[in-house]
Amino acid sequence: MGVRHGVEVSIAAAEAVKMADVDVVAAYPITPQTHIVEHLSELVANGELDAEFIPVESEHSAMSVCCGSSAVGARTFTCTSSQGLALMNEIVFIAASMRLPIVMILANRSLSGPLSIWNDHTDVMSVRDCGWIQVFCENGQEVFDHVLFAFRVAESPAVSLPVMINIDGFILTHMIEPVEYWDPETVAKYLPPFVPVNRLHPDQPLTMGAFGMPGIFTETKKAQNEALLRSKPEILKAWQELGDLTGRHYHPVETYRTDGAETIFLTMGSFSETVSLAVDELRSRHEPVGQISLRLWRPFPCEEFRAAVKGVKRIIVIDRAISYGGPGGPVASEVRSVLYKEQSMPQVINFLCGFANRDVSVEDYITMYQQAQKKGRKKVRQEDYHIYGVRE
Amino acid sequence: MARIPKSELELTWHDLEVGCVVKQPGNACQYKTGDWRSQRPVWNKDRCVRCGVCYLFCPDMAVQKTSDGYFEADLYYCKGCGICARECVTGCITMIPEEE
Repeated sequence: MGVRHGVEVSIAAAEAVKMADVDVVAAYPITPQTHIVEHLSELVANGELDAEFIPVESEHSAMSVCCGSSAVGARTFTCTSSQGLALMNEIVFIAASMRLPIVMILANRSLSGPLSIWNDHTDVMSVRDCGWIQVFCENGQEVFDHVLFAFRVAESPAVSLPVMINIDGFILTHMIEPVEYWDPETVAKYLPPFVPVNRLHPDQPLTMGAFGMPGIFTETKKAQNEALLRSKPEILKAWQELGDLTGRHYHPVETYRTDGAETIFLTMGSFSETVSLAVDELRSRHEPVGQISLRLWRPFPCEEFRAAVKGVKRIIVIDRAISYGGPGGPVASEVRSVLYKEQSMPQVINFLCGFANRDVSVEDYITMYQQAQKKGRKKVRQEDYHIYGVRE
Repeated sequence: MARIPKSELELTWHDLEVGCVVKQPGNACQYKTGDWRSQRPVWNKDRCVRCGVCYLFCPDMAVQKTSDGYFEADLYYCKGCGICARECVTGCITMIPEEE
């Protein structure tokens, strides 16, 4: 198989994009995504990657260029963060509705204000309903693997949807980790050439992005939602084949020490690895605790999620975004909705933490676990949530 | 040109192409734009000099030349904007409210 490199995760991500033999990269630099696009521009400038690197004047233009290049059948990559995602927002939704298989890494960062360049999940939660396939990564190797996975899934004719790879800004993007690069033969086996379902070409003219009158709009939305729901078998197949080729097996809902667990931590992204350490510590104290992490965020893996929490008494949901005035963090709200009407619905205890990279340590998770046990004894309203560590 | 197989009000979500692409080039000509018109142009042939200014200025190419060299509006497309009447050199075009 491939060679292990000690490398910054951003550089590894760019190298994975190179191995995917991408045709077009259109991006605007924004912290903490910068190193990914900088390295891609170097690879193109040095002749190591035969692609068009289009240095646009804004993220709105970046996603617009991506739509155009994907529409003519070019394998297309972009990358952004936070305010950049906010600026490209309208085209993000359009890319999905036009079923354009663009791959984007979102280096997760707080949305302003106050101005913050640091990491949390407020940016991705702002586009929860954009129609993209959305996955989360926990470490550098997962980022590398998921770049190739993302192109494979996005461009699959049965899917033809854009894929967003969420990686925590700084915690992942700026970390030097051992990452195994795939060898070119494995990439060739895994990722076939891009053959678009529909392609803009003068020989066969067609219209993309036409308007939809009220008489047809509802049907277009149903078709788009079905496309996203029906992408799941292809996602599972792509993870299965990735596992067969690399030995690294990924699942929509990852579980850790859940056997006999009464309390389960639910995490997403890089915080999951810290929570695993907390679970180890608590298990050594004979506490019945386990952990699940959502790798697949859209389409939401309802079935796998319900199976993973079957029989548990309480779920501690770690949210890294706030839903102002809402009934809890965005993840906890969805979890409650997915579990509603389950015969024995676990109690959902929601901690909001890790805003703008505020450190959450193993000890903090142990504290949350202890607080959750106390809350568990009291009758708490389902919409209860707590901003952990806030100075009162 | 082949007609669109179904009206958009009969299409189900299964009938839509991936990404709602339109695969039949030029089929926008089948789209009826003349049904929200509140007034229509009427030509007075006695004053018309057949100059074709109305034909040139119509933004929707809804003004057509007839076999006798005069002009008329194709009411399938004409939105009743009145540009032809505004531009007519001899003032031979009158906009008539649709209810009359």
